[in-house]
Parts: sequence; structure tokens; C-alpha cells
Amino acid sequence: MANFVIVGAGECGARAAFALRGKGFDGTITLIGSEMHLPYERPPLSKDALVAGAGPKLVAEQERYAAARIVVLTRRTVSEIERAGKRIVLSDGTALAYDKLLLATGARPRALPGTPYACGRVVALRSHDDAAAIRAHLVDGSHIAILGGGFIGLELAASARKLGATVTLVEGLPRVLTRGVPAEIAAIVAERHAAEGVEILCGAKVAGVEDLPGEVRIALEDGRVVSANLLIVGIGAVPNTELAEAAGLATENGIAVDGMLRTSDPDIFAAGDCTSYPLPLYGERRIRLESWRNAQEQGQLAAANMLGGAEAHSAVPWFWSDQYDMTLQIAGLADGAATMVRRDMGEGAFILFHLDAEGRLIAASGIGPGNAVARDIRLAEMLIAARIHPDPAELAAPETKLKKLLAA
Amino acid sequence: MSDTWIEVCAADEIDEEDVIRFDHAGRTFAVYRSPEDTYHATDGLCTHEKIHLADGLVMDHVIECPKHNGRFNYKTGEAKGAPVCVDLKTYPVKVESGTVFIGL
Ligand SMILES: Cc1cc2nc3c(=O)[nH]c(=O)nc-3n(C[C@H](O)[C@H](O)[C@H](O)COP(=O)(O)OP(=O)(O)OC[C@H]3O[C@@H](n4cnc5c(N)ncnc54)[C@H](O)[C@@H]3O)c2cc1C
Ligand code: FES
Repeated sequence: MANFVIVGAGECGARAAFALRGKGFDGTITLIGSEMHLPYERPPLSKDALVAGAGPKLVAEQERYAAARIVVLTRRTVSEIERAGKRIVLSDGTALAYDKLLLATGARPRALPGTPYACGRVVALRSHDDAAAIRAHLVDGSHIAILGGGFIGLELAASARKLGATVTLVEGLPRVLTRGVPAEIAAIVAERHAAEGVEILCGAKVAGVEDLPGEVRIALEDGRVVSANLLIVGIGAVPNTELAEAAGLATENGIAVDGMLRTSDPDIFAAGDCTSYPLPLYGERRIRLESWRNAQEQGQLAAANMLGGAEAHSAVPWFWSDQYDMTLQIAGLADGAATMVRRDMGEGAFILFHLDAEGRLIAASGIGPGNAVARDIRLAEMLIAARIHPDPAELAAPETKLKKLLAA
Repeated sequence: MSDTWIEVCAADEIDEEDVIRFDHAGRTFAVYRSPEDTYHATDGLCTHEKIHLADGLVMDHVIECPKHNGRFNYKTGEAKGAPVCVDLKTYPVKVESGTVFIGL
């Protein structure tokens, strides 16, 4: 009987395990993860679940793993892949044979060098346990410093405000959300945070972080000092590629896979936050996404290809973020855009469509209250996938149904 | 199931291949018109995170949740895969003299 092993029990690994069984695989499926919990959803960790102090939102309950005959080994770290013998070795020394292996090791927070993480007042957010530790500090009257104006930092700022904490957010670049978000949308996000009482310091470089009795002190290069009860470092994530590298697999800003999610070893696949892959829609450009839906889709695709499929990943990158009552959604990659078209949808909601020099729609970024932009962003995603060159005037007019453009 | 028929709206208030929200007696529903001009109703909230489906996209017989793209067949309520795994409850619908009714 075939043995399929999945390293990394996160969103991607769990989806792959269920997909293998769902596609009729009858062999052994072992899902191995370092954390103590069954696979859970990470997006809630910085959002309402943090505010509510909720427990981990599991991808699936224990019974579903049992019913699908998926063996989940939690609290177990894979320390080595022996490719020649097709075995993996766990940190407790036990070994496990595989016929096909999937690496879904995810990413970890980028660390700020020279920072006293050990003191307990400097933390990063990736796991449920991190969230619980942060939650303990988010009380009325406490002062939280957040380093990094990316999605996680901003979502944390919003959640901390909801719980009554004072928040100072320090961003090294001239504005928040520089990565993948148009300036017009980033400005709205920044204004909203300011209105909610978040102090945002842009263009502020950290000179040093000091752990003092009862507080953490962040010295900025311009001489300013921020004193806080807790510093949360949210300056991006790095892919967990060490296991793959040590086994001699190719890496390139992530475990390098081809369109079918195969690594440089035909029996080893990789998927989710830990991988970089070529995107046909954008001229085979190699990218690495940190996106929940991507982790699900790639987990499912890797499962299909481990079973002999030959389908290439072709999905349009998609991401969302929730801050206060606003939702931001982005489909596609906007960096190659030549022109931008704005569609206003009422109640402050709008979408920016990004077209390349030939007029092809390559991305759409929207923001608004609740789910005001969701439907049109979803349709934009389909238009992007269909490589459509839409009439900019039609995109701009809210009365034009995007569904019609898709049918055209 | 002994249904009470509750009036929802005029049949032409829902576009073809579209959905509207309908609230009644403290409950919320999603009412659909299919591309074949048939009408259907389900619970209003997604089974993943209680987000209203009326902001979602109807494609053929599928409603896609606006929040994380969970998909359901709105005729049967069947959850069509990640991230949704719990089916939606469906309700009978009838159209009489140009008015849509939901059976509760
Ligand atoms: C706070 C937060 C908020 C987010 N919000 C959003 C959002 O709003 N929208 C969005 O699209 N995305 C969001 N994301 C990103 C999304 O959660 C990730 O893209 C997704 O979790 C990736 O799944 P994954 O399975 O590839 O990796 P992970 O979820 O990181 O899972 C990998 C797992 O593998 C384990 N592991 C690693 N190495 C080993 C080893 N050697 N042996 C055993 N186990 C190992 C890790 O411990 C981890 O549990 C958010 C992420 C965070 C942290
Ligand atoms: S709330 Fe519907 S898919 Fe998540």
C-alpha cells in the first residue's frame, strides 16, 4: 500500500490530505505538524477571533480526519528528508517511509535582528499560541507598539483598538501597505486608523529596542522614542525552506516548484506559503504568495498531481483583509500596470482596475464597508483569468454589469 | 413540514442569475432566480462564518460566498468544498401571479 506523507499541518497540508482521500487515494496518509493543535485557520488570529479571545478555528474536527483515515501527528517536527531511502526523520528520531511527499511547511514571521524577543514583551504573530499571548496584553489602557504597516500589523492595530488599547504603529517606508496595494487604497486605510485613534509613524526606522522593567522602549533613528507594554513585530514572513534546502531541493524565495507543484525531486511536491511557482497569467513570473485561498488551492492541486495528475496551477492570486468594518480585496498582480480605472460603488466603496500597456486587465483592488466590493472583485478575477481587454469606460461605470463583460 | 407561505417580493425584483436578501420574523434568507428562471431560497448566512450570501455571486446554480468564496448549490444547499463543509438549509419557493413566496 502506498504511503503519502505531508509535512506541515496547516491550511495547505490539511486540504491536501482531504483532497487525496476525496480523489480516491486508498493508501496511508500521514499529516505531520509541529504545533499542538489540529490544523486551524490563521486569518482569524489578527481579526475578530482575537478580539473575542476565541479558540483555534479548526479546518476540520478530529472525527473528519478519523473518517477519512488521515493520521495526524501533532507536536512532531520533521528534521530531515532522506531522499535516497525515501524516508523522513522526525525530531524524536523515528523515521517514516514515503512514496510521495508533500512539503507544506508554510512561513514564519521575519525577525528583527538585535531585538530582545526572549523578554516576553516583543512578539510576532503566526500561531494561535502567539495570538493568545498577544491577547493577554490587549486590555483597556495598555499601550501596544506595532512594527510594520502591512496587513497583519494593521489588522492587529484595529483589533487592539477594539479592546481599548492605545496603539502606535511604526512603518519604515513612506506609507503603509506598500506591498501590492495601490496608494489610493492605502491612504484610506491609514485615514481610518487615524480616525480610530491609531498613531501611525511612517518613514520611521528603528534604531534599537530595549527591554526595561515594565516596558519595552523603541528608539527611532530620528530620535523619537516609543514606550509600550508590548511590541508586536509584523515585518513580513520568511518561507520555511530549511528542510528542503538541507535535502538538496531547489529553492528560490521559497521551495521552487514547477506549475504542477513538483520540486526538483519527482517524488516530492511543495505547496502553500513555503513555495515559489511560475504564474502563466503573468508571463511565467515566479512568485510566492502568502494567501489563504492559495494555500487551499495549491494543497488540492498538489494532491491531484501526487496521484498522477498533470494539471498546472493557474489561479489568479487573491487576498482579503478586514479592518474595522472595512474589507479590502485584491485579485491579480498590479505591478505591471500602465493605467488605472476607478469604479465608485456608493457608500465609499470603490474598485481600482489595473490594465497593462495593451489594455489587458491584470488586477483589481477594492475597498468598502462589509462585502460591498466582493462580487465585482470576484468577477474581475474571472475577467483577469480570461485575459480580457475591457473598455475602460465600462469598467468605470457602476451600472455596467461586469458579468456582461465576461459573457462578451 | 407544514409550510406557511410568506410573500417575498415581485418576481421581477430579482434579476436572472442573481440573489436578494429577505428578512422575516428575526430570520434572514437568500432568495435566488436561476438562469432557467426558477426561484429558490436558502438560509441567508454562510455556514463558514455567518456572512450574508446576498452579497455573493450567482453563477449558474451556485452561490459563492462574498467573504472567502465558499460555494453552495442553492437548489440543494450542498456545500461544494473548501472552506465550507456544512450544507445550507433550503426552503420551498413558489411564484404566483408574479409574486415570489417562501415556505417556512
Ligand atoms: C495573523 C495572520 C492573518 C492572516 N490573514 C490573512 C487574510 O486575511 N487573508 C489571506 O488570504 N491570508 C491571510 N493570512 C495568510 C494565511 O494564513 C496563510 O497564507 C496560510 O496559513 C498558509 O497556509 P500553509 O499551510 O501554507 O502554511 P501555514 O499555515 O504556515 O502552516 C504550516 C505548518 O507547518 C508546520 N511546520 C513547518 N515546518 C515543519 C516541520 N519541519 N515539521 C513539522 N511541521 C512543520 C508549521 O508549524 C505550521 O503549522 C494570515 C496569516 C496570519 C499569520
Ligand atoms: S464566510 Fe462564507 S466562505 Fe467564509
